[in-house]
Amino acid sequence: MSDVLNFHFEVDGNDFKSAGHASFLMKKNLRQLGLPPETIRRVSIAMYEGEINMVIHARGGTADVNVYEDCIEIILKDTGPGIKNIEQAMQEGFSTATDNIRSLGFGAGMGLPNMKRYTDYMNIESEVGVGTTITMKVNLI
Amino acid sequence: MKVKDLSGNYGFEAITLPDGDREIDGVYIGDLLSWVMGRAKSGNAWITIMSNVNILAVASLADTSCIILAEDVTLEDDVIKTAIDKEINILKTSMDIYSAAVTLSSVI
Repeated sequence: MSDVLNFHFEVDGNDFKSAGHASFLMKKNLRQLGLPPETIRRVSIAMYEGEINMVIHARGGTADVNVYEDCIEIILKDTGPGIKNIEQAMQEGFSTATDNIRSLGFGAGMGLPNMKRYTDYMNIESEVGVGTTITMKVNLI
Repeated sequence: MKVKDLSGNYGFEAITLPDGDREIDGVYIGDLLSWVMGRAKSGNAWITIMSNVNILAVASLADTSCIILAEDVTLEDDVIKTAIDKEINILKTSMDIYSAAVTLSSVI
């Protein structure tokens, strides 16, 4: 699997209004690469959910997207509080978001489930007090 | 039906229409953004009463054909400007969500 292209984004954890900017830029990049619309949609949604999570829970982080010949890999890293119980966090409807976040339409407990739904591979490594790294892949073939 | 054909008709009016030739393919209704993100289909007209700037990211990334703000919900100027920048179609209606959906169902 040879590395074709890498895109790196810093996700600003202080600006909720600009949350999604990295995903939006990535969508543009993938369009320019001429990838199928549904693939672009899946990558965009999965990345956006991760980006929102980083802003809501972890004061931001980084997003790296690697475009290989056979898949697109998304690696989201943060140094936030970590996820105490990953199995519980993966359940639709489970959320630790505040009322303020919910009033903006987030915190429905759909973020991680959506990321899994829209990707072909997803792995979460998380340590409480240290941070979380999520790796996702969307197959191109 | 194209998004531009809804504007000015059937009780819908455009707030932004940068991509009016976009075809409407079905309708999705919801206010929980992650729920909408996970369930709306590409090309859907998305009816909501949410009006914060994050609806633009959801519409763009989920690839809906337009946002329809029901019940006379209004947008702040910076949201409108961002919508134009991101080429997001937004329409408004004074109808409640149910009536908007029924109307859309009969015309698209």
